[in-house]
Amino acid sequence: MKLSESWLREWVDPALGTDELVEQITMAGLEVDATEAVAGEFSGVIVGEVLSVEPHPNADKLRVCQVAGAAEVAQVVCGAPNARAGIKVPFATVGAVLPGDVKIKKAKLRGVESRGMLCAQTELQAGDDASGLWELPADAPTGQPLQRYLQLDDTLIDIDLTPNRGDCLSIKGVARDIGVLNRLSPDAPAIEPVAATIDDVFPVHIEAAARCPRYAGRIIRNIDIGRPSPSWMQERLRRCGVRSIDAVVDVTNYVMLEQGVPMHAFDLNTLDRGIVVRMATDAEPLALLDGQEVKLQADTLVIADHGKAVAMAGIMGGAATAVGETTRDIFLESAFFDPVGIAGQARSYGLHTESSHRFERGVDYRMQEQAIERATRLLLDIVGGEPGPVSIAEDAAAMPAGRQVKLRRERIHKGLGFEMPDAEVVDILCRLGLELIETQGGGWTFGVPSYRFDIALEEDLLEELARVFGYNRLPTTSFSTELRIKPNTESLLGLKAVRQHLIAKGYYEAITYSFVEPDLLKLFDPKAEPVELQNPISADMAVMRTTLWPGLVHALQHNLNRQQQRIRLFETGLRFVPSAKGLLQEAMVAGAICGERYPESWALKAGGVDFYDLKGDLESLLELTGNAIAFSFMAAQHPALHPGQSALVLKNGTEVGYIGTIHPQIQQRLGLPQPVFLFEIAQSAVAEAKLPRFRELSKFPEVRRDIAVIVDQSQPVERLLETASSKAGDYLQELKVFDLYVGKGIDPHRKSVALGLTFQHPSRTLTEDEINASMDAVVRSLEVEFDATLR
Amino acid sequence: MENLTALTDRALKLVEEAGDLSTLDHVRVEYLGKKGQITALLKGLGALSAEERPRAGAEINKAKQRIQAQITESKQRLEQVAVEAKLVSETIDVTLPGRGQHSGGLHPVTRTMERIEALFAAAGYAVEQGPEIEDDYHNFEALNIPAHHPARAMHDTFYIRSTNRAASPAAGDGSAPASYVLRTHTSPVQVRTMENQRPPIRIICPGRVYRCDSDLTHTPMFHQVEGLVVDKDISFADLKGTVDQFLKAFFETDVPVRFRPSYFPFTEPSAEVDIQCTNCGGRGCRVCSHTGWLEIMGCGMVHPNVFKASGIDTEVYTGFAFGMGVERLAMLRYGVNDLRLFFESDLKFLKQF
Repeated sequence: MKLSESWLREWVDPALGTDELVEQITMAGLEVDATEAVAGEFSGVIVGEVLSVEPHPNADKLRVCQVAGAAEVAQVVCGAPNARAGIKVPFATVGAVLPGDVKIKKAKLRGVESRGMLCAQTELQAGDDASGLWELPADAPTGQPLQRYLQLDDTLIDIDLTPNRGDCLSIKGVARDIGVLNRLSPDAPAIEPVAATIDDVFPVHIEAAARCPRYAGRIIRNIDIGRPSPSWMQERLRRCGVRSIDAVVDVTNYVMLEQGVPMHAFDLNTLDRGIVVRMATDAEPLALLDGQEVKLQADTLVIADHGKAVAMAGIMGGAATAVGETTRDIFLESAFFDPVGIAGQARSYGLHTESSHRFERGVDYRMQEQAIERATRLLLDIVGGEPGPVSIAEDAAAMPAGRQVKLRRERIHKGLGFEMPDAEVVDILCRLGLELIETQGGGWTFGVPSYRFDIALEEDLLEELARVFGYNRLPTTSFSTELRIKPNTESLLGLKAVRQHLIAKGYYEAITYSFVEPDLLKLFDPKAEPVELQNPISADMAVMRTTLWPGLVHALQHNLNRQQQRIRLFETGLRFVPSAKGLLQEAMVAGAICGERYPESWALKAGGVDFYDLKGDLESLLELTGNAIAFSFMAAQHPALHPGQSALVLKNGTEVGYIGTIHPQIQQRLGLPQPVFLFEIAQSAVAEAKLPRFRELSKFPEVRRDIAVIVDQSQPVERLLETASSKAGDYLQELKVFDLYVGKGIDPHRKSVALGLTFQHPSRTLTEDEINASMDAVVRSLEVEFDATLR
Repeated sequence: MENLTALTDRALKLVEEAGDLSTLDHVRVEYLGKKGQITALLKGLGALSAEERPRAGAEINKAKQRIQAQITESKQRLEQVAVEAKLVSETIDVTLPGRGQHSGGLHPVTRTMERIEALFAAAGYAVEQGPEIEDDYHNFEALNIPAHHPARAMHDTFYIRSTNRAASPAAGDGSAPASYVLRTHTSPVQVRTMENQRPPIRIICPGRVYRCDSDLTHTPMFHQVEGLVVDKDISFADLKGTVDQFLKAFFETDVPVRFRPSYFPFTEPSAEVDIQCTNCGGRGCRVCSHTGWLEIMGCGMVHPNVFKASGIDTEVYTGFAFGMGVERLAMLRYGVNDLRLFFESDLKFLKQF
């Protein structure tokens, strides 16, 4: 909310500069976002009167003016087209400084002396008119400093009010808080009831009392709508960001800004018989002031006459009943609408008005007549007219109950951490307008004023005490609490270890958006019916990811497009997978690599990464759990992966993730210049590690035996290893694949797999016979199960 | 015996002249070997008389020892030279880069979150996490933000389209489908924790949050760390102390901290916390919009309605909560000047952390 400082200071004027005032209210919870001067900074500019204008002897476009206003009449050379005798204009005298630090000096222009400068609006940063001199009203006092005359020495204070402080959405409200902080009583303009000169009363019937317990109205006849509101009022509205329309609308807006009470004025002669405050009928039409035609929802409160809805209550008036050029008689409205009822209504129509903003937050429910009286006085002074009596329709039972809040002394210490003297407690709260109703032994009961919708609980009073006392004057302490040692599961690996491991492997952590482009997601997970956002920020962030891959591949593309050749990225985070059991929000860790195996180096000519580079990285991650043996890889199909280069990752036989080469068609679709290798695995699979269990070290020699067997090319080696491992007896310590050969000398459908087996006995040296027996068992079982032949 | 002197001199000269170990060995064999010339003289002793023999023998032995000593010395010298030559020949350029993978790096947001977690963990706070697609109750209602509350406008909420029952977390339990949102803060984790744990509670909740807002200074997804302390006799003064200590520890400097009254539906009293601008030291600059202060986090005493929703007795317990934007802290700490860089995954950016 933008407020004019000078307007505010008419109400309350503490001995503080602008910066200090702004600091004070900011620190009291009325946060000032910005301040802005009403005009540029200048000095030495006065109201000047042009006495005479002569042509310049040496220049066609310049004229020589004699200007009054300063101590003596000054000669000023001027080039403005509208310079003429008799007008009053801003006159920058010698020594003046204009915005932009322009200093006005005595000068000679084409040989003629000039003592000062006559100004346009733009030269003073006080308006947009650059066409010529700024002509001031004829009654402007010659010689008066311009700032004083136009009250340009004003600052706009932009307060970013929190939603609880609806009471501060006015000059009156902010002045009230400033008064409290500075122990001053605001000097409000007196509101005297305006006596009725006619008896006309427009009947008001409240049907929906819960939503509108109180409705005040007044007829004013025979106004002269042709008379504009005065320039001081227009200027104040403008400074507060409200456009001047006509005197009636301007006055209702002025009262809203001043008193915080939104009002509405109808053209009386467009209203049918009387006002009915009721709920809208379903899809009831209403043409609004802003030109919109809306179909009302049944939960919308409307102001209607006997034939039609004429306003969306508390939000916006209708076009058909608006005050216009032909209006002679008006009906003024000032009502109290229940904040809870009005909340969210405007937004549901895509509307947000000064009025709805205030009603949603709560408007003083005792101010309706006064607002009408204030508006009447202002109106009569501008457009004249004959006021009728103020009529009030009220359902007392539906009115907000006057709230009382108890405050216990001990809660002050408990909540704020210090003792506040009783007198100060009462003083602060009473200055805020609360009424001390009762003092008990342990505390007090206070009545809450009708404008404070945010005070209902003891804690609210604590906040008021703290706020007015000053948050930064409150003590700052360290609390003591029970510090028990918590259970700690050593076998939980933690995400931190996982991340550190991948980093050591050369991966950078990426964080990508959880919402992705639907089409991109479809490429990676064609069967998914992802969670859709109702209101995505853009079409390419419309669905929740069901896999981390689209984000990672997108990040990879971003880098490929920026001359990065070698990329290793990982991400941890949730994926959102709809399932028969409901939505699963699964924590995953995923990685993507492409490019060279090693950073480009004089020492390594390694070539591009492949499936096994990524698998090695993943396996080393799985080894971190100390339980690598629980994991296995099984050739499996995945729509995003190359059908011959993809595997399911299993833990104890349960699926925990996938690894593979990106499907060549997806690679092509995405325009990736090289294959990308991807893995994604549940964080839970790597979260649990195995607690180490010591085994005695054997002092006896190890024996290693190597064999090479030839099997079908399609034969997964992991099966061979399982069989070899199970048949090699109790003393097999290690089993390795140390060579793989396909090619010359072997049946083209077969491959040679070289296995290295290491044996060791814990307490004695193994005999040659024992080892031979184990090896024979291994070879035999490989022959039987896999049609293997020893090479 | 002149023969011996000449022989000795010649041998010593040859030893001295020997430039390598094999030449030296030749000299040794030539003179001291089984068939060497000095050995031959010793063998010739038998031809001498018994009186001459001891003296001649002694002299020949003396000469032999002199030569042997000289050979030994030369040998050591030559061996040393050879070792040095070998070492020289094996010298490599140790300034060439090493071989293998380089280290990657943590995202600055994660780095910052881990730092925050570490600071609080050291003070006994536990880390709690929760779902990112959250129900309306935990994201709003239980936090004293009823439907249509103006405070909802403070959160530009992403709503979940509720066409698909499989996409709703509560599907299958027969209850009416609630409305779901992308959590707008990590506060629902606090609610879930209070529903499941009894005080004393001391937790922080780091994680992703979402708001429907995207411009120079807003991304639709960002990270928060929130904290919650619930115990007997926890006061606003304790909150101030905790926040003050945390900020000084995080920035590793005695940065001035101030508290401003503010409003959050879930705390009362509520405060915004400012630190003196880390860029200009409070003199005013572009970073702090020339105010000298930077808004860094929000906090307050837990609102009684929040405690009630979670079944905590407000007469016995009080508590405070605080929350901060991780990206903002990371930007200030590391001098990052563009929020959007955090989510572009540009390696040139990521490699700086």
